[in-house]
Amino acid sequence: MGRTRYNWPVTILLILGSVFILFPLYITVVNAFKTPAETADSILALPASFTFENFIRAIEMTNFFNALGNSFYVTIFTVIFTVLSNSLVAYAIARNMHRKRYKFLFYYFVSAMFVPFPIIMLPIVNQMSTIGLMNLNGLVLLYIVYGLAFNVFLYTGYIKTIPKELEEAAIVDGCSRWGVFWRIIFPILSPINATVAILTALWAWNDFLLPLVILGDRQDHTLPLVQYVFQSQFGTNYNLAFASYLMALLPMILLYLFLQRWIISGVTQGAIK
Amino acid sequence: MTNMSDSLTNNAQRQERDNARSGPRRAGWLKKKPSPYALMVLPALILFFSFHTLPVLQGVFFSFTNYRGFGEWDFVGFQNYINIFQDGRVYNAYGFTFQFAIVSTVLVNIISLIIALGLNAKIKFHKTLRAVYFMPNILSILIVGFIFNFIFAVFIPGIAETIGLTSLTTSILGSRDLAWVAVVIMAVWQAAAFNTILYLAGLATIDRDLYEASSLDGANKWQEFWKITFPLIAPFFTINMVLAMKNFLMVFDHVVAMTGGGPGRATQSISLLIYEDGFAGGQFALQSANAVIYFIIIVVISVFQIRILQKREVQM
Repeated sequence: MGRTRYNWPVTILLILGSVFILFPLYITVVNAFKTPAETADSILALPASFTFENFIRAIEMTNFFNALGNSFYVTIFTVIFTVLSNSLVAYAIARNMHRKRYKFLFYYFVSAMFVPFPIIMLPIVNQMSTIGLMNLNGLVLLYIVYGLAFNVFLYTGYIKTIPKELEEAAIVDGCSRWGVFWRIIFPILSPINATVAILTALWAWNDFLLPLVILGDRQDHTLPLVQYVFQSQFGTNYNLAFASYLMALLPMILLYLFLQRWIISGVTQGAIK
Repeated sequence: MTNMSDSLTNNAQRQERDNARSGPRRAGWLKKKPSPYALMVLPALILFFSFHTLPVLQGVFFSFTNYRGFGEWDFVGFQNYINIFQDGRVYNAYGFTFQFAIVSTVLVNIISLIIALGLNAKIKFHKTLRAVYFMPNILSILIVGFIFNFIFAVFIPGIAETIGLTSLTTSILGSRDLAWVAVVIMAVWQAAAFNTILYLAGLATIDRDLYEASSLDGANKWQEFWKITFPLIAPFFTINMVLAMKNFLMVFDHVVAMTGGGPGRATQSISLLIYEDGFAGGQFALQSANAVIYFIIIVVISVFQIRILQKREVQM
């Protein structure tokens, strides 16, 4: 075919368009390093000097490392237990879809995707408070359980494509059904496990409404929730606010820089199923 | 004498036979050792029922009472549902939410389709550009909302003042008529990323030979898009429309960060109304009724959209 000829007009239009995408981040980064006087002078200009004053104050004010720890705690445990448990449930369902009971179970879980959260929101708060789970562990539990709706759908579609012969051979060799799942099926599920892990991580890390209603204690607040709580206290000190936003966004941005290929393909896989 | 592996085979076969059989023998299911499959799904079933289905049922149940979220309550029949239809705040919330959701859905789909077509062309820096356009998807909507709040409240009025554009010197976030536009802009900025990636996946399925054939037939770019590209990515168009509409109807974070539902209640979405009045306003029962209606509407719209759009797919 010879040398690839690039479509330069489209390339240039896309580069111009990407300015729109990057603009809010640019504003965040430059103003996080500026003093209020500099921002008043010009919002767009680069900072005269890179001072970390805003970051230090934001860290103290919002107890940043505590919130960071909470966000990591929730995200990591949600991802691990979601992948382990939801795949197992989906396996049992996928291998028994010819039976009414399991077929019903499949539709029972999957139809929950259409239930908007607000209808659950008011009763679940009473319920969680009654059983003393208005904390990070309660939040993790809810993410794992609510994830079933979409993940069962995703996993069963994938498991159906795995031939049964392999499992039957293992059963004949004396392996239990559980052994079959953990030793044979679970490793084969790696690509879809990665997809579920990525989607779950993005959800648990960025979610705002569920932590807002479930987390009572201020010590338990996650990163987005902290930004919300401190919004009024930042007041018109935008520089302090931007430093705080930037620190809250940074872990996910860094992860994205390193794993963008996997994240994009993971989200795509999840969406086109 | 049966050896070890034979008896296991028999066991396995018997189990499979049991699994395959339904009817009278199934009654002994609980008495016998439960099948491993049942043990795999049972905990999940119990948890899902307790933390998802039960709250939904409670919500429906309390929508027929005068419960305030605590204390005593009585049945009031359909009173809450009657009150909902006479409540100006509810109409207001539905009005804003639908206006926002429809406009955002249309804009997001047009814009992300254009971006996807661009990214699918033979461009330089393909991977970098794709990564940039997808980035908003990984960011917290709430925090992005706060940043856009600054852009609309401080940055744009400041620029307008410098260049003497008096119509924009006051923030549109403070305007009852225009605040929703700012929420739409932010929502489109954030949501286009996901839809773009989906369209891109759709475009990747199209065989490039089709374009060569059509260009030999003398089709121009416009005809090529409507006659080849669009029909072939129609299933992706369906998913995108349904997902975008459903997500936008549930809008919450965007509004909390950008306007707090204001000015007044001009941008109060349905979710925000249920949250605010249901928890702090002591209207647990009334807002439960509201949530039930909201639930029905979302299901009806999703099913309706899927039906209509799929019919169109077939016709094309």
